[in-house]
Amino acid sequence: MYKVAVLGDRDSIYGFAAIGLDTYPVENDLDAAKILRDLVQQEYAVIYITESLQSKLESEIDKYVSMRLPAIIPIPGVSANTGMGMRNVKKSVERAVGSDIIFNND
Amino acid sequence: MASTQVNPTRMELTKLKKKLATATRGHKLLKDKRDELMRRFLDMVRENKALREKVEAGIHAANKNFLLARSVMVDEILDVSLMAPRQEIYLDAHTKNVMSVDIPEFEYKTKTQDENDIYPYGYAFTSSDLDDAVKSLADILPDMLRLAEVEKSCQLMAAEIEKTRRRVNALEHVMIPDMQEKIKYIVMKLDENERSTQVRLMKVKDMMLEQTYRYSERYKLNE
Repeated sequence: MYKVAVLGDRDSIYGFAAIGLDTYPVENDLDAAKILRDLVQQEYAVIYITESLQSKLESEIDKYVSMRLPAIIPIPGVSANTGMGMRNVKKSVERAVGSDIIFNND
Repeated sequence: MASTQVNPTRMELTKLKKKLATATRGHKLLKDKRDELMRRFLDMVRENKALREKVEAGIHAANKNFLLARSVMVDEILDVSLMAPRQEIYLDAHTKNVMSVDIPEFEYKTKTQDENDIYPYGYAFTSSDLDDAVKSLADILPDMLRLAEVEKSCQLMAAEIEKTRRRVNALEHVMIPDMQEKIKYIVMKLDENERSTQVRLMKVKDMMLEQTYRYSERYKLNE
């Protein structure tokens, strides 16, 4: 049985605990990388991560892109939506198709 | 070119011809795979985009609700309220094979089935805004899990499409033309050898006839 984790600053993620996800609040980036590495080793199938943290841990996260599990999914935090998640989708379209044909109107 | 390195023998020719047939077949198959992957990928990425928009809007709304709840409640009470969650998520991950890409499929069960039974606190000391916030988050959870599934699949498929495209291009523009050139070189070389053997044989035959019948001397006599 797999579990679901949420990683990010406390204010953005404390609500997820109420609906049964495991929350891992992080204070600084160094801890975050360590926690992420730990989570990947454990039985987490999905790790949601706030966009602000995702942009800081990009190199770490890129290592797990080609793995089947876990899926590391950026979500917007309390501070405004940075569009990071959409950019990631766009990036995979560019990777597959060669040019962006889905988002070309924005 | 590289074709000069090949031995112009019949054995090499048969080998190369077989290889070319395999390469051509592989090229066709890979091309089909790429096209099909691309079709599925585009469907999936559209879904991904729609889901992401929905989830981002949902989380934004939930965050707003939580902010409201925090503004009317004491932080300690809020923390205590959410300290011991009643709800739990059990996730089951299967894999589905789409064109040789293993994409994840999630199935989830919640501990309490009743959607009114998700609040991990008594209602006495908490604001109704907190109920709204928890509810709004619980409502988008299925979409969030589906988003995780679709987004991961998209990433895996994008990597596979890239790889397949490279293979198709390598076969189409490097391996197949190279082999065709090698085959051409061998065929030409073999033909050339055959012609020279034939000429040599004709010459030898002439010489042998000359030796037995002495044509040239007879002609001389007749003159």
